[in-house]
Formats: sequence, C-alpha cells, structure tokens
Amino acid sequence: MKYLPLVWSQLFRRKTRTVLTLLSVLVAFLLFGLLQAVQIAFESGADSADAKRLLTTARYSIIEPLPMSYALRMERVQGVVAVAYADWFGAKYQNESNAFAVFAVDPARYLDMYPEFEIAPAQREAFMKTRTGAVAGKRLMDRYGWKVGQKLPISSEIHAKTDGSLDWEFDLVGVFDAEDPAVRANTDVVLINVAYFDEARQSGRGKTGWYITRIADADQARTIAADVDRLFMNSPDETKTAPEKEFAVGFAKQIGDLGALVTRILLAVFFTILILTGNTMAQAIRERIPELAILKTLGFSNVTVTALVLGEAALLLGIGATLGMLTAVSIIPGLNSATGGRFPPLFVHAETFVLAAVVALALALAVGLPPALRVHRLRIVEALAGHR
Amino acid sequence: MSSLNQILHITLINLRNVPRRLGTSLVVVVGIAGVVGVLVSVLAMGEGFRHTLASTGRPTRVIMLRAGSDAEMSSGVGRDQATLLGALPGVARDDAGRPLVSAELFVMVDLPRQGQSDPNNVPFRGVQPAAFAIRDEVRIIEGRHYERGVREVIVGRKAAREFAGLGVGSRIAFRDSDWTVVGTFESGGDVHESEIWADAEVAMSAFRRSGFQSVTAALADLTDSGLADLRASIARDRRLSINVLREPEYYAKQASILSKLIGVLGYSVATFMAIGATFGALNCMYSAIASRQTEIATLRAIGFGGAPVVVSVMIEALALALIGGVLGATLAYVYCDGASLSTLNFNTFSQVAFDFRVTPGLLARGLVWALLIGAAGGLLPAIRAARVPVTVALRTA
Repeated sequence: MKYLPLVWSQLFRRKTRTVLTLLSVLVAFLLFGLLQAVQIAFESGADSADAKRLLTTARYSIIEPLPMSYALRMERVQGVVAVAYADWFGAKYQNESNAFAVFAVDPARYLDMYPEFEIAPAQREAFMKTRTGAVAGKRLMDRYGWKVGQKLPISSEIHAKTDGSLDWEFDLVGVFDAEDPAVRANTDVVLINVAYFDEARQSGRGKTGWYITRIADADQARTIAADVDRLFMNSPDETKTAPEKEFAVGFAKQIGDLGALVTRILLAVFFTILILTGNTMAQAIRERIPELAILKTLGFSNVTVTALVLGEAALLLGIGATLGMLTAVSIIPGLNSATGGRFPPLFVHAETFVLAAVVALALALAVGLPPALRVHRLRIVEALAGHR
Repeated sequence: MSSLNQILHITLINLRNVPRRLGTSLVVVVGIAGVVGVLVSVLAMGEGFRHTLASTGRPTRVIMLRAGSDAEMSSGVGRDQATLLGALPGVARDDAGRPLVSAELFVMVDLPRQGQSDPNNVPFRGVQPAAFAIRDEVRIIEGRHYERGVREVIVGRKAAREFAGLGVGSRIAFRDSDWTVVGTFESGGDVHESEIWADAEVAMSAFRRSGFQSVTAALADLTDSGLADLRASIARDRRLSINVLREPEYYAKQASILSKLIGVLGYSVATFMAIGATFGALNCMYSAIASRQTEIATLRAIGFGGAPVVVSVMIEALALALIGGVLGATLAYVYCDGASLSTLNFNTFSQVAFDFRVTPGLLARGLVWALLIGAAGGLLPAIRAARVPVTVALRTA
C-alpha cells in the first residue's frame, strides 16, 4: 500500500496517454454493465420465479385454452396449497397491438398467488367487488398517465363481446407495484376481473389460458407437476406442468441465445481493450526502463519492481472498470425512463459487479505480466547502458 | 513546391514509417475492426430478419383478417365468412372458374430446437388446396405433398433445419394424434419456410377449431382501384367485418418490433465501441506525432507548410482506419453471412427462422463508420502537430 503514490505517479507520467486509455477502458466496462443489464432484464423472469409456483398450460401449445373447471380438481392434488388462473386478453390500446399484457383473472386467487405485487387493501377489495374492475402496474399507470377511478378503454384482438364488438371498457380501481427490480418487469400488466370478462365474451366461455399453483414444498415440484398432468391425461385437454422458473427460462430461450450474442460482442470489446491497454503498458514500461533499473539499483528487489508494474496495470484497469460500472449505474435510470417503460426495467445486478472485477483483474494480468516479467529479468547494467 | 506535392511527400514518409510503430498502429486497426465487425454483424442479423419478412408475399395477393386484428394469430374468420369472401368478384379465378382463395388455420405447436428440449412456438398452417396455386413459389424439395384428409404435414426448409424431429419420415405428436412428415418445401427464403403446413380440414378437426385465422386470395384486378373495389364490396356486406391488406404490406408490419430492437441494439453498442476506439485512435496518433516531432519540425523548418502536415497525419489515420474497417467487415462477412438463426417474432409471437445477410450496403456503412472514427481520432493530433512552434518542437524532442 505504501507504494501506491509511486504507482500512481508512474501511471500518470504521460497524462494524455493514460487518460485516453482510461476512457477506452471506461467505455468498455460501461458497455459491459449495460449489456449485462439487458441480458438480465430479458432473463429476469427466471430470477424472480418462485420455486413454490408451478405453471400449467395446454400440453401441445400455450395458445390452446384449458377448462376453468380444472382449478377445483387441481386444488385437491396432494401438496397443492392454492390455484390461480389467467387468460390472455390480446390487448390493443390506442391502436397499438400488444402495447401491454392484459390478463383476465380471478382477483383474489391471482393476487394471493403473487404476494410480491403490492396493492393497497382497499383497492384489492374494490377489484374483487367490481365486476368490470381492473388494476394496473404502476409503470403502466405512469407511462399512460392513468388515474385510479377512471374508465379504461382497451380493445381486444382476440375476444369479441356478445354484441360482436372488440372494444371493451373497464373501471380502473387499483394500482400495484413491486419493490424488487427483477419483479417489477412482471408488473407491466393490466389485470381484469374474469367474472365480467367470461360472461361478456362471445366465445371461449368457461375456458382459461393457464394455471398457476402454489405448492407447500419446493422439493416436491416434480412429483406434484407429474400428479397434476396425470389428472388430465387422456382427457380432451391434456396439460403440461412445470416450475415457474423452467417456464421463464424456456421463454427466454425462445428468443434465442441472447447470452451468446452478448458474450460475443463483449469478447470483441475486451479483445480490443486488451490490445489497447497492452500497447499502452508496453510503451510506458519501455520508456521507463532506465528508471526501473535505477529503482533496482536503489535496492528494490526484483519481486517488488515486478509488483510495481503489475500494480500499475491493475490500477489502470481498476480505475477504468470502476468508473465504467459507476457510469452504467448512473445512466440506467435515465435509460429506463427514456424507454417509457416499454422495455423491462434495467438494473445492474450484484453478480455483474463481481464479474466486472474478475474481467478487470484478468485483463490486468494479461497486459501487466509480459512487461512485468521483462522488468523482472532486467539487468541493471544492461538497462542503464542500453539507453543514452 | 506545390502543396499537393508536399502532401504527397510527407504522407509517403509517414506511411513508410508505420511498420516501425506497429504496436500503436495495431491499436487503431484492431479497435476499428472491432467496431465495424460488431456493427455489421448485428445489423446483418436485422437485415436478414427484415429481408425474410419483406420477401414474403406478393403484391398480387391479399391477406384478409378480422377487422381489428393486426396478426393472423389473433384473427378469426368464420367458415361462413370465408365462403362469402371466396365468392367476391375481386378474387381471381383459375381456368376452371374456381376462386383462387385459401382459408387458413394458423396455430402454434411446441417443438424443441435441434439438440435442445425446451418448447418453441412453431407456426402451424392448415391450408386449402388452392394455396399452392396461389403461392406458386412453394415447391417441394424433398419427399412429396401431403395427401388430403390424412394426418400428414410438409415442413418448411428452415423449420426442418432449426427444430428437432422434422425430417421426412418422422412422426410428430400434436394434440390428439400423431402426424407424419412427408415432405420438405422451400418458398424463396420467405417466412413460410419457418412453418409446418397441412390440409386445413384435417388440421381443424385435429385442433378442434371451427373457424379459420385468415384468408389469402389472388387479386382479380391488381391495381389499387381493384383492391379498393374489393374492400368496398366487403364493407357493403354486413355479415363481414374484414380487413384486407396486400401481402407485402402485412408482412412488413410483422417485422416492425424486432427490426427496431435489433437496430437499436446494433447502433447503440457500435456507438459506445466507436467512442472507445476513437480514444484508442487519438492515443495512437498522438504517440505517432510525438515520435516524429523532430522530423515534422525539420520539415516545417525547411519550408513545408502546416496544412500538408495536417493532411498527412489525417491520411495516415484514415488509412489505418480503412484497414481496420476492411478487416472488421471481412470478419463479419466470413463469420456471419448466411449463418442461420431462429427467434421469437414479437409481432406474431411465433418462431421465425432467417439467415444473417451481410449486404454491400452494410459493408459500406461499416467502412463509413471506420473512416469517421479515423477522422475523429486523427484531427486533434494532426492540428497539434502543425501548431507546435518549430523552435519548441526541435528543442524539446
């Protein structure tokens, strides 16, 4: 630690060069922070999944409906604590298809299933009691400037009312939110009361889209899932049940291997940084060979001088990485509001910081070791003689 | 000496010097190659996706959906409505006088990707016999057509490549029953190659559907007024609430969300990388002129002007940038062009398979970016080189 001022002054010996190199490293880690945040946002479903929740869909395709009557039979399966269900409304708002998701749910069952959705008890009560009621996630309320108490006109691309019209209207009676940023992405949804929806729709009555079950013991998930599916085997509507996490992971995989894409981009970024900082370090050390020889003459051991060089590389990448990650953290709130909540909320995960530290350290070793070894082998006489 | 001549000479000296500054020059080349490589390959992905949807359908055909639905999946057209639509005068007829119209069932089935086990929403289309007369780009490349009334399917070329168990002869389990794959088809690289096709009647009974999702028809009158007449005759019939779109218009819409997303991703990542690479280029050019300080000062002392020095440094920066750009574009072309990929199209909620397309336009865009970065990285050092007073430069070297 006592050598820090020495390493610091060595690093900033050539200010322009060091500052420019630092800025490149900063940008690289900023990009790292942002891309990791995007990847995590896309895969956040898996993070926020509750190990005690199972999802049941129709066996051959998630678009096939299931009878609503399954709820009562599923409740009787050993180990199942609660059952909720939801149906896809196919919302079109202000002429934009799928502007947000709308689920037709049984209010009490659904809100009990997702205790992470925070809603005022009075609003929850109102949602349960109002047949035409709807509640919306806070981010959606903010995006569209909705107020609790207003009428909410939403069209459906799928479900016509009995009069043939696709235009529906609901009473917005409440708002819900979640504190955990990984969960908040799941609140970008409007929930409508299935009691009214099912009665007022032209076709598909008595059917729902998917079931969510809460189980007592997460270790029993496989057994219970199999039990549920066995219940409906060979019926006209067979089911497929899996832990919520598996479902979320599967959905992320539908998009494709986003992880691989991000990894490849970051490899290109860090390879560039490797060449760039490697060159800076090599130049810096080459210029200072006589100085380093003098340090050795003064009695600095080979190991100390080597450590000084490595420390310089570590400091360079450490400062750059720290500033880059801090920049990422500070611009993400701006990005989140700029996308108007159309994109899952971005945040820098704790894991990303750890990963950034590991990458910075690996880069420091890669760019620091060659010059450090060269300095380690340096012979004082030759080093001093070799230069004017 | 004319300034053009001066520029030529200084530039040649500079460029001959580059190999001696290989390390720093490499930084510019690699940095810019990285930017261009990433930019071109990400945009090539967007380009491939857009191309697949844009090449789907012909302006001579229309797709009819329930009014209010923007995608086939959410649309619904009753059997009675489909019959009415087929009888409209705006629909073309074949030599035997039968309408060239195909009412189609469009659903998703779960299939794993090759070598994986998670389900994907693969589009399944039940078509009527006229579908092949209407879409004459569809061609069986392996096996045979399905037989009507039998649970047989033909599979799009790209679906067969991306998803497991779709080879000719294999059996796939969908709702209620097993289906046999009897053929593979191609359709000019369009979006239908990601689909599985079967006879509409068989599919409807198997999926227990009573209605269709869409109706595709050939236009009798290809002009806009012909289309307007067709729309008017639908509007007059109170039993019909149907939206009519020319196919290219419909399919271009289906690309909107994902195209935009890929574009935003590609450009933002490339912008950040370009900023980083510009710092690298600045660094390199500053150290290049620092190492030649005496030489430049000497040239100016013997009568070379400031402008030729600026230009020569810029040319060096641009030359290095160009090498980097070409390298990056070449890497993107070699590794990405034609690579295949399948993803979820957010507009249709179903899988679409496509190939990366590295087009000349994208390569040119990559090179423009390279030159811009080179110019940004060269300008300040070039100006500094020309500004340092000769006496100072010679003394402090």
